[in-house]
Amino acid sequence: MRYILRKTGFFFLTLWAAVTLNFIIPRLMPGNPAENLVARFQGQISDKALRAIEIAFGLNVHESMINQYFEYLGNTLRGNFGTSLVYFPTPVIKIIDQSLPWTLGLFGLSTIIGFVIGTLLGIYVAWRRESNVSSVTLVSALFVRSFPYFWFGLILLYIFGFMLGWFPLGGAYSTKTSLNGLSYVISVIHHGFLPALTIIISSLGGWLLTMRNNMISVLVEDYITVAEAKGLKERDIMLKYAARNAILPSITGFAMSLGFIVGGAILTEIVYSYPGMGYILYQSVIGQDYPLMQAIFLMISLSVLLANLVADILYGFIDPRVRE
Amino acid sequence: MKNSYIAPFFGNKKGMSGLLIITLFVVVAVIAPYISPFNPNEMVDIPLQAPSFAHWLGTNHLGQDLLSRVIWGTRTSLMVGIVTGLLSTIFSMIIGLSAGYFGGVIDEILTTITNIFLVIPGLPLMIVIAAYLKFRGVTPIIIVIAITGWPSGARLLRSQMLSLRNREFVTAARILGEKSTHMIFSEIFPLMLSLVVANFFSAAIYAILGEAALEFLGLGDVNIVTWGTILYWAQNNQALLTGAWWWILAPGLCISVLGAGFALLNFSMDEISNPKLRGR
Repeated sequence: MRYILRKTGFFFLTLWAAVTLNFIIPRLMPGNPAENLVARFQGQISDKALRAIEIAFGLNVHESMINQYFEYLGNTLRGNFGTSLVYFPTPVIKIIDQSLPWTLGLFGLSTIIGFVIGTLLGIYVAWRRESNVSSVTLVSALFVRSFPYFWFGLILLYIFGFMLGWFPLGGAYSTKTSLNGLSYVISVIHHGFLPALTIIISSLGGWLLTMRNNMISVLVEDYITVAEAKGLKERDIMLKYAARNAILPSITGFAMSLGFIVGGAILTEIVYSYPGMGYILYQSVIGQDYPLMQAIFLMISLSVLLANLVADILYGFIDPRVRE
Repeated sequence: MKNSYIAPFFGNKKGMSGLLIITLFVVVAVIAPYISPFNPNEMVDIPLQAPSFAHWLGTNHLGQDLLSRVIWGTRTSLMVGIVTGLLSTIFSMIIGLSAGYFGGVIDEILTTITNIFLVIPGLPLMIVIAAYLKFRGVTPIIIVIAITGWPSGARLLRSQMLSLRNREFVTAARILGEKSTHMIFSEIFPLMLSLVVANFFSAAIYAILGEAALEFLGLGDVNIVTWGTILYWAQNNQALLTGAWWWILAPGLCISVLGAGFALLNFSMDEISNPKLRGR
């Protein structure tokens, strides 16, 4: 219980840090670029929405920094992020509401698949570490891990979308025909396949290497030798004795890797014009839509932090030692 | 003493291939003006030509020779990777080593900051900072990546420092009244060198990928020639949808191969310092 409380405490601390970064960054920049933003908005949106933007970027406010900060915190907590410029006059929160499910669905699923396949391959490579197949797999993993996600996405898109025409070139579902029920689901899977494959393959290498190294450290332990001496089945030793212990650091490494993969997922969405958070983030950067950009950054951080919290709590159940 | 680090390295196939890859890119970067067949910024032929004998990697939408652009791009991309990697490593060292050495409240504070930056997703943070910058170019990119790239290294160095600072020779030096800076740099640091070098390789990979990503998004100076900006122009001119695969393939492969080069070096360092990891 204390363990969960501590992890939850850290979650809120980090969330606060992300929110505060959002407040500080525009104020640190020389010549606040958000200035002409307010000018563009003047008279077009309600005073309340304009006020929220002014507070968020520290413009036309005569209050002390502390007061601005608390007003900004209040607005953020209530989900009052102002109005988007690129998608004017839609409120930022509504855009997030529409794009978040796509990212969570596509990205969540592909990360889990990538983790499972990569970890299994890592177990295999460590177990058969004398074989040539393992060496080749290992070196390929080092290579694949260095693929820029967006580049690999472009290559897949070119081969399977443009050349072979097996998959659509962008979007999350077909807009040409009216879809219902099953045909909608099929269309979503059809559109999501290539972006998912990009994330799965690009993230695979990292998981494989982590798991391989953990496994090899575990395989020299005495209890493995004992298990072998007892004549247990090879499969059982590999999975029940070695892998079970080796997977623990992989789960701890999840935190660091997740942030990296999220970055990759953002770029993947841009390449595939997939209407999730990454694509919207890109649109907001191009359109200098600072309210939308900041809100998206917060939402991406929030999702990553929540995923970490879940991983941490799960870890506490799997390995009781960390609860001390 | 020194040989015990160097000798196994030459026997390590992965390490040697990594070294070879990086040396190759460094050589290309240095002699770029002599081996580049054309001026990378000049229109030399018909736009959007597929690879041919005259243009090994084809031409882009402005009729510039892509091989020349990739060769010249090696300079900036490699420089950004190395400089940013060094900068991140220095940040990691300052934070990680002081946390581990001083302990107590300083450690608590620095570790908390490290853990916070470790979980806040790096690329979105880089994009947000870069989007606010008025000045676009190589220097802002280096700074932005270094700001987000230090935490994992700091964490590793801190735990290594924790285990070293209570060794007898350190205690002995402390009793003799040595200053902390002297202790950190003369007594403890040499023992951490391999970890610091490994940390630099990881930071360089992070930097090379980060640079490519930011430039691909148009957050760098799009008028200079780097691997990232070649990809930016390709994407903005719908290279793939016009079938110009050659425009995309080479710069991305260079990024991957260079990244793999650093990864191979890193992996071999792991194998040398931890013999358990040696597969065969």
